[in-house]
Amino acid sequence: MSVLLTAVVTLGVIGAGSAAILYLIGQKFKVEEDPRIQEVQDVLPAANCGGCGFPGCASFASACVKADTLEGLNCPVGGQATMDKVARILGQAAPVAVKKIAVVRCNGTCEHRPRINLYDGASNCTIAAALYGGDTGCSFGCLGLGDCEASCTFDAIHINPETMLPEVVEDKCTACGACVKACPKDIIELRKQGPKSRRIYVSCVNEEKGGVARKSCEVACIGCSKCQQACPFEAITIENNLAYINDDKCRLCRKCVPVCPTNSILELNFPPRKDKSPKEEKATVDA
Amino acid sequence: MENKLVVSPSPHIHSGDTIEKNMYGVLVALIPAFLVALYVFRLDALIITALAVLFCVAFEYLIVKYIIKKTPTVLDGSAIITGVLLAFNVPSNLPVWILALGCLFAIGVVKLSFGGLGNNIFNPAIAGRIFLLISFPAQMTLWPAPDIAGAVDAVTSATVLGNLKSNPELLPSLQTMFFGTEAGSIGEMSALALLLGLGWLLWKKVITWHIPVSIMATVAIFTGIIYIFNPIPLYHPLIHLFSGGLMLGAVFMATDYVTSPMTKKGMLIYGVGIGFITVAIRLWGAYPEGVSFAILLMNAFTPLINNYTTPKRFGEVVKHG
Amino acid sequence: MLKTFRIGGIHPKEQKVSAGNAIQPIAIPNQVIIPLAQHIGAPCQPVVKKGDTVKVGTLIGKSVGFVSANIHSSVSGTVLKLDKTMDASGYRRDAVFIKVEGDEWEESIDRSPDLKKECNLSPGEILDKIAAAGIVGMGGATFPTHVKLTPPPGSRPEILIINGVECEPWLTSDHRLMMERTEEIMVGTTIVMKALNVDKAIIGIENNKKDAIEKFGKCAEAYPGISVEALKVQYPQGGEKQLIDALIGRQVPSGALPISVGAVVQNVGTVLAIYEAVQKNKPLVERVVTVTGKDVKLPCNILSRVGIPAANLIDAAGGLPETTGKIVSGGPMMGKALASIDVPVTKGTSGILLIPTLEAKRKAMKDCIRCAKCISVCPMGLNPTLLMNLTEFEVWDQAEKHRIADCIECGSCSYTCPADRPLLDHIRLGKGRVNTIIRNRKTNA
Repeated sequence: MSVLLTAVVTLGVIGAGSAAILYLIGQKFKVEEDPRIQEVQDVLPAANCGGCGFPGCASFASACVKADTLEGLNCPVGGQATMDKVARILGQAAPVAVKKIAVVRCNGTCEHRPRINLYDGASNCTIAAALYGGDTGCSFGCLGLGDCEASCTFDAIHINPETMLPEVVEDKCTACGACVKACPKDIIELRKQGPKSRRIYVSCVNEEKGGVARKSCEVACIGCSKCQQACPFEAITIENNLAYINDDKCRLCRKCVPVCPTNSILELNFPPRKDKSPKEEKATVDA
Repeated sequence: MENKLVVSPSPHIHSGDTIEKNMYGVLVALIPAFLVALYVFRLDALIITALAVLFCVAFEYLIVKYIIKKTPTVLDGSAIITGVLLAFNVPSNLPVWILALGCLFAIGVVKLSFGGLGNNIFNPAIAGRIFLLISFPAQMTLWPAPDIAGAVDAVTSATVLGNLKSNPELLPSLQTMFFGTEAGSIGEMSALALLLGLGWLLWKKVITWHIPVSIMATVAIFTGIIYIFNPIPLYHPLIHLFSGGLMLGAVFMATDYVTSPMTKKGMLIYGVGIGFITVAIRLWGAYPEGVSFAILLMNAFTPLINNYTTPKRFGEVVKHG
Repeated sequence: MLKTFRIGGIHPKEQKVSAGNAIQPIAIPNQVIIPLAQHIGAPCQPVVKKGDTVKVGTLIGKSVGFVSANIHSSVSGTVLKLDKTMDASGYRRDAVFIKVEGDEWEESIDRSPDLKKECNLSPGEILDKIAAAGIVGMGGATFPTHVKLTPPPGSRPEILIINGVECEPWLTSDHRLMMERTEEIMVGTTIVMKALNVDKAIIGIENNKKDAIEKFGKCAEAYPGISVEALKVQYPQGGEKQLIDALIGRQVPSGALPISVGAVVQNVGTVLAIYEAVQKNKPLVERVVTVTGKDVKLPCNILSRVGIPAANLIDAAGGLPETTGKIVSGGPMMGKALASIDVPVTKGTSGILLIPTLEAKRKAMKDCIRCAKCISVCPMGLNPTLLMNLTEFEVWDQAEKHRIADCIECGSCSYTCPADRPLLDHIRLGKGRVNTIIRNRKTNA
């Protein structure tokens, strides 16, 4: 009996002593933290993707709490709903962020852009881009080795094995921008998702002169400026033989699409046109 | 030219070295020991070795194909080596079902559950042997007496190391141990045959000298120092070198690429560690033999050793000459 | 025992099939394309325009910035256009297209074959002439030579090392130069010694070029201060740091230049170009290119003007073999694979190697078996397999700590790996990233 008692008492004393020490140390090294940081962090998606520009959700939360206004702070993953919740916790007005989505500006599929050599190095776009212009005549276009796919934490971008081009899964893309950073060719851009996901963009980044660009890829932008003339809203600029549609100015009128001689302007998620013959490029893109 | 040009980063040539070449190099190095085993244990050695290889290859093929669902690469030779080494580490009269269990554990648990060749932490053959030794101590420590004289063999006898602690008067001569006709597991018979294998591996540059030499040197020096103060057979350095699984372990098991350190410094630390633990277990432990435990323990230390040792770097010592 | 470097190294099959074939000139085609970026550093600014007439040696590209080198016309004729062309970098970059008419040289250039030994110029004048002639390192690195010969403040060169190693398999252009232009290389060496103000030079030659060692040994007797050293055949002995270690037993510390141990290294081809520039006023407009390969009919060493397409050189070597699967500019270990056969010869083209289809593609990569062979062959004492993993997982601080920036990209690790892992591909990427990080830190600090 006494053995049992000794054991219980000894262990009890050791336990109580340890607890006391732990408590005292805990008190001494206690870090004072704004409790709202934790609250904000709780409403964040916890993806730690870095899409907000901060290393992770915790540091974004702390930045939100410390900032005077939420202007310029946006969680692209959680979107408006999350930012509203954050604003409520902090008692501020949430800035209105426009929903964006990743857009791949290259339509150089295997048919449009024939392969002229075989790449045989490590399967990594950055390594291939450091080596040479790529396995097609276009040294600006997609290399198809999937750095974007590897960088995506949301399973939202995949290389289509038939076209060897990445395709964005619309309802999974959070516009965190990881693929934009990962792409060594700067092909991927975050653009406004648009009403009903309707978007128009120039699906080409080739800055060569028209003839050279066209020779390497059927659907290359040749910088002819026909789209620029067709645009009623001055949304299109031509720089380095390449057209670019400013998504702030574009009103989705679709006038530029049919005038493009190389079909390099793509329209997504629009209803089929009634007046003219069906456009071919719809068939080639199915994002 | 119809063919498209291949473009890749440099270098554009390769030495032609392959995993297979290294693995089959090890198998060739095991031939002398196998011949001695055939001479000593006759058909038993052949049956056990062949079955162990068969089991290992079959388990690897089936698990990779039907459970992991990848293309099996059993022909890279690593499963064959595991089979041979496991067979070399068991008595020649081990029941076949125990052998099969050991192969399943070695391949299925120790190797493939970690991701297959290159990703396993422990040497599959060593872990398989220890698994059997702990699970089936009786069957794993009854060795048939060598069948040299041609006498009908039904007696089982203890190994050199078993006798070392209890019956030192039963020890065979050093020559016997060196050329290999004492009782023991299949492949640990002849130190000479194993050293021939070491010579081949070094000549073919499959392994470097660091691991085997540091293990042997540590065992010899450690026991040698004790022997100077207390010259009884238990502490004789040569007996320790030539008996039990030391040679087999030092040459073939400890030098497994995957589970041994990568830097030269690390290899020496690893070898010395194995040597020390082996002698400690042999002299003061409950088991008569400690090589496999020593290797398994040091396998566990390998990542740590890799982390804390760096290769000798260029420019570290600036010699003005 | 022959000298060699002390850490790592490999010995690939030497394959110097063209070693016995004398250098032969190649006919100049109707048009040449001269890229404006033929060196490490800033590309040149073109100083000619469409329709201009040029002679051999006329300046067409002026160097801009400190690390840059002039570019001269290699032919006489009319400038057709300034446009982009695919060069060895694999990208389309600026170049000058010239229509060839006759072969008229600038009057200042002395084209006589006589050896001119005396050089009474001051070190500064020598450097100016080298800079004006647009000379770059001709071993393949193409670093502007006048920059390399200008020691940074506070450092003093003690010894000049002439690199006659040619450790790459297949290549023989330096070997042929050493056999055919021995005296000129010797005089060039004395000029560089004068420019650097050193009184000692060693010419290091690998022992597979015994005839060159003998010839230089005899020739060197007449030149005080210059000695010739035979070296054990070992790749990458032609690497600056390895060669210094092999010849004088000093190891350049991590991140430092060879000058930190008092050595300056120059390739034999560069030294010859320096001789021609200083003594003959001849800018760098031609070089020797080895055209070779397993199925090449006539492996040869061609004296080619800069700007002639690789296809012409291949034709001169018996035409493009049916079996060709890969064309490499330079040696098989460090050369660049070409995406097109029309890439022009530049100052750094030491060879054109045609690899048959069967050997062109790499084998599929397997898991690392941790055999540590890459560690034992790395001449810089690095851990390639670890560096590849760190790069794949983008752990840049650890990669820097394990000295990824020391990598000389010799390729010994990938060459050796029994699991066919693309070690160097990844390490090269990681090295670039880490170097950027280090640079940014320095500029921010």
